Amino acid sequence: MGRYLIRRLMVSIVTLVAISMVVFSILALAPGDPFGELATNPNFKPETRERLRKQFGLDDPLHIRYQKWATEYVQGNWGESIAFRTSVRSYLFSRIPVTLAIVGSAFLLGVLIAVPIGVISALKQYSLFDQFATTFAFLGFSLPTFFTGLLLILVLSVKLDWLPFVFDSQVEGVWPNIKQSIMPIVVLGLAGSAQLTRFVRASMLETINQDYIRTARAKGLREQTVVLFHAMRNALIPVVTIVALQVPEIFGGAVITEQIFRVPGIGRALIDAIGAADTPVIMAITFGVAVLVVLFNVIADVLYGLLDPRITYT
Amino acid sequence: MSQASQEADFTVAPGAIGAGRVGTAEVPPDETEVRPGRLGGGRLTKVRKQRSLWGNAWRQFRRHKLAMAGLVVFIGFVFATFVGTAIYPKEIDEIDFSITSGALTWDHPFGTDSLGQDILARILWGGRISIAVGLTAAAVAIILGTMIGAIAGFFGGFADSALMRITDLFISLPQLPLLLMISYLFKQPIGDFFEDATGSRTLGIFIMIVIVIGALSWMPTARLVRASFLSTKEKEFVEAARSIGATRSSLIFKHILPNVMSPIIVAATLGVGAAIITESALSFLGLGFPSDIPTWGSMLYEAKDRISFAPHEAMFPGLMIFLTVLSINYIGDGLRDALDPRKSQ
Repeated sequence: MGRYLIRRLMVSIVTLVAISMVVFSILALAPGDPFGELATNPNFKPETRERLRKQFGLDDPLHIRYQKWATEYVQGNWGESIAFRTSVRSYLFSRIPVTLAIVGSAFLLGVLIAVPIGVISALKQYSLFDQFATTFAFLGFSLPTFFTGLLLILVLSVKLDWLPFVFDSQVEGVWPNIKQSIMPIVVLGLAGSAQLTRFVRASMLETINQDYIRTARAKGLREQTVVLFHAMRNALIPVVTIVALQVPEIFGGAVITEQIFRVPGIGRALIDAIGAADTPVIMAITFGVAVLVVLFNVIADVLYGLLDPRITYT
Repeated sequence: MSQASQEADFTVAPGAIGAGRVGTAEVPPDETEVRPGRLGGGRLTKVRKQRSLWGNAWRQFRRHKLAMAGLVVFIGFVFATFVGTAIYPKEIDEIDFSITSGALTWDHPFGTDSLGQDILARILWGGRISIAVGLTAAAVAIILGTMIGAIAGFFGGFADSALMRITDLFISLPQLPLLLMISYLFKQPIGDFFEDATGSRTLGIFIMIVIVIGALSWMPTARLVRASFLSTKEKEFVEAARSIGATRSSLIFKHILPNVMSPIIVAATLGVGAAIITESALSFLGLGFPSDIPTWGSMLYEAKDRISFAPHEAMFPGLMIFLTVLSINYIGDGLRDALDPRKSQ
């Protein structure tokens, strides 16, 4: 396991270096200039613009710029935001808690919805409940988050006036904060749960037909014990890995959700940065997501090995 | 990717079908017809009613009611968006400030938007783009994925490991941020380039979005095709073909590829829905098609801040995305059942 893990981490680092090169090159080769508008601004002398370009190192050749970026990044210096003139690191770290809170709760909600529904669907295959759950999953696949978000706003905020539809980070108190987080969490959680329900159901169906389940029933164990401790324990192993692999995807979904509800999180920071051509911020967020993807891939593999003794890594 | 996550893919993924097991269809005995021989002679000749693989699949597909409903709805939408503009010939950019955000009337069945433009006309016109993006982007992804998967699976060795490393790299790319970034950075220059070259800015943006979505979504297909190729190329019939001197290309295209077609077809179908959602998401974030080119996503982008007083502006494009993707997903589900030899009778 130890050697496997080391090899796996080495591969991950190589992957991340490759990804950072790809993203960096795309950003660097793209036309468009963060100081482009200064060229037409009469208050700025061309020399000032040149100096700024030099200060941010925009005129160096690509590989030198990449080298600079990489060495700084490894040391924890993520550069300076061009739009805000602050450290990218502190800017992003101020945005992370909101995103983490919403994505985390959405994730929990998704799992809490998907696991029971998936398990019951599998236990009562082709029953009315199963058909209902299947329909729910299909609707969930097909409803994009940006539409569910607007629908919720329309019903819960506009028609019923129960929840605020603009997220206000200045709001004090626990209850108002919960109230304004409900819709983003529900939208993200439902989107994630639709797929997960199908995974849980498929995995549970496979397990429930195994011989050892029949044995457990045959020796007179209660159905509850059979389902919870014999079937579910095994059925959820592949689900855990799927869940781990879904984490980055949910972060992606957060971009859209944060935009709909104007949640000042990482996703919104990305959209704002793209709009302002704020390269250091875009680079930091994009690469951050890449790190998440690669990291959770490793976590998924390791978890699979830990949970399933049939799998040994060498 | 490592063995573990790949294995996870294949144990529970709904797209994982018994790969490459589409053989020749057995004709059940009750389908053999008994016809009297010619000239009414005493002899009876057994005539087997031929049934092709695709005929079988179609029969199976027709039994799936929701898939059939999906097919009817989807064809209806395609027809409406591509031909409907002739039947409902209203301008998509006719501005009328006297009826901004107008309610539903006979003259404007779906109402009007913030500039008084007819929403139904924009839905029809935009649907053409949204559906076309979905179809072509899925085609790009499937062709790319099938090519890479086939080469990796068939040739193995260095080609396999190199291509699979590239696939792993692409899977680890941060999809949505990259999509947003590339779309934002290259929209203007590519649009300009195509405006100069062909006079159509929309075409440039269309091609860019299709390529970007396709280039970021071919990986699952590549893995699927590679796995199917790996198992199929060891089968006896491939060995037989090889032994009589079949060339590599005929082995790939004539012998193996047709046998691994079913999971590819299902993946392609579901890919269309996914691509429509991706394009809509891009446009919804204001980074896809600009708002003067209506697509369902960009109409939602326009409508989202006005939802409190003009909900119909968001409702119609949103419902169209939802219904289109839903119908495609049901078609995919039906195809999965129809093409799965384990399920056919």
